[in-house]
Amino acid sequence: MTLLRVDKLSKHYPSESGEPVQALDEVSFTLARGEVLGVVGESGCGKSTLGRALLRLIEPNGGHVLFDGVDIATVSSRALKRLRRDLQIVFQDPFGSLNPRHTVAQLIGEPLIVHRIGTPSERRTRIQELLEMVGLPADAADKRAHAFSGGQRQRIAIARALALQPRLLVADEAVSALDVSIQSQIINLLAELQARFSIALLFISHDLSVVRHVSDRIAVMYLGRIVEIGPTESLMTAACHPYTQALISAVPRLDQLAAQRIVLDGELPDPAHPPPGCAFASRCPHVMDICRTVRPDLLARRAAARTTDAHSACHLHPPL
Amino acid sequence: MQADPLLHVDGLDVRLGDVPLIRNVTLCLDEGQMLGLVGESGCGKSVTALAVMRLLAEPPMRVAAGSIRHAGRDLLSLRESELCAVRGRDIGMIFQEPMTSLNPAFRIGQQIAETLLLHERVSRSVARQRAAELLETVGFPAPDAALRRYPHQLSGGQRQRVMIAIALVCRPKVLIADEPTTALDVTVQAQILELLASLRREHRLAVLLITHDLGVVRSYCDRVAVMYSGEVVEQGRTDEVFAAPRHRYTRALMRTIPAANPPGGRLPAIAGSVPPPQQRPPGCAFAPRCDAALPRCAVEPAALVGQSHRVRCWNPAP
Repeated sequence: MTLLRVDKLSKHYPSESGEPVQALDEVSFTLARGEVLGVVGESGCGKSTLGRALLRLIEPNGGHVLFDGVDIATVSSRALKRLRRDLQIVFQDPFGSLNPRHTVAQLIGEPLIVHRIGTPSERRTRIQELLEMVGLPADAADKRAHAFSGGQRQRIAIARALALQPRLLVADEAVSALDVSIQSQIINLLAELQARFSIALLFISHDLSVVRHVSDRIAVMYLGRIVEIGPTESLMTAACHPYTQALISAVPRLDQLAAQRIVLDGELPDPAHPPPGCAFASRCPHVMDICRTVRPDLLARRAAARTTDAHSACHLHPPL
Repeated sequence: MQADPLLHVDGLDVRLGDVPLIRNVTLCLDEGQMLGLVGESGCGKSVTALAVMRLLAEPPMRVAAGSIRHAGRDLLSLRESELCAVRGRDIGMIFQEPMTSLNPAFRIGQQIAETLLLHERVSRSVARQRAAELLETVGFPAPDAALRRYPHQLSGGQRQRVMIAIALVCRPKVLIADEPTTALDVTVQAQILELLASLRREHRLAVLLITHDLGVVRSYCDRVAVMYSGEVVEQGRTDEVFAAPRHRYTRALMRTIPAANPPGGRLPAIAGSVPPPQQRPPGCAFAPRCDAALPRCAVEPAALVGQSHRVRCWNPAP
């Protein structure tokens, strides 16, 4: 069942030169209840803008975000506040996103107070429940965030995000600042809670191996657009878009030497002056004439290697 | 008789006041080699690199024991003026954040030429020529135009290329690269690592590559030293160590990586976290998190033993 339908969501920022920078360019996808969609891409591809625009932490310039039939992008602020119970986010930096003056109980309990849920004693019980759920000791409640390590702070942030039992959670680089041995603990925790409460999860990360591990489907972004989206395994094993292929091949792996790597030439185009055709054309090893003039749409396309649903924005594969 | 290694760190101890930051670190690097120094935050890998360059904040930090030799010459006994001649000329260094390492007020060309003018008696025009050559070596398609640019006009990957050009302008034999690609995107990371690999192949550059990324080490380094809590716990040839890691920490670290696991399943996690330097246990620092710890592990520090593949563990994996 579709919980979230994003339709041509766009966001542009004014730049110094006066021309708008297109951070998000007509992005469309759906997310089902309890599904995990990984969003992967490099700096400046628009993945964080996407996460924030979905929750209307920034105002999109165009498009729709239908959550359970209600358009988050245009709903009134009063209705938005009610909706926010169902929409939560965990950020990358657990040092910046937790108020250092508040105790853990205040941090986790704040959403309950904002939404007027429970009596003080019920809230205390709920806070203890949440602490236990994320694997923190009960006596953590009275400490402040600085007493905790990065991994533990991220547990606090997760407890706070889940306090209202949201139906959609955005995790924006939620494990990226953590060391490898701590990262796996937090990935396990997120995956376990997501499955237990059937939360729809938008898992944003630059790290393809982490995204692959947690996601049912993956969307690959490049310069404000989704260039490929599909089920995790088929996308990882038979990627259609040359950018997806390069991204997968660039990840240094334990079981593969550097020899087979696709190394891209060139740099990302200036987002204030995107090229008329495909944004990846300047770095693409398979670039054709049409790529420089006609922008490919994200469509179901015929790709020989794929047996399942493949949606990519690339002229190499004819639309179905 | 065997020649001295290009860089030989032997039994190095660095302390912050009385707190040992790194203990008994021994590393060896020869011409054309790439040695990966790998570990998590706070394991002491950057302290090791700074100590080699004699760039520690002294005081409060100091080298308490051990030696650092470059081609047989003891770097610890050099005066500051002699060190200045070594840094940049014999040993180059690049850091994680290329933006803060470059001076925003000067053009790229000046910053590359500056290093050369400092170390060698050359004219400005020769220095400029050499700067352009280097920019071409590190992959700028139009080096003459790049010379005139300022750091803010470059992307992160381009800035790191400039840093590499500065580090290499005096043709050092050794390059110390401290997390050179951590701040970069993965496709740009691949470009920079390929560049380092080609410099190593073509110019016999020796590289000490400091990273937290086991995949980077596996792909690019011929030797590896794994650090945990201030000590080297395992070292050897990369293929040997990755094929059969013997220290329990190395094994756990490799298993915990998402890419090493079937998608969707639970990742094998390492419980707990790294102890801070002032709270290290008396025995093996990894013992409290180790699922194969013996009673002696908690009380008695282990020594680094073995021939080519060395491991610091009382109960190593077979």
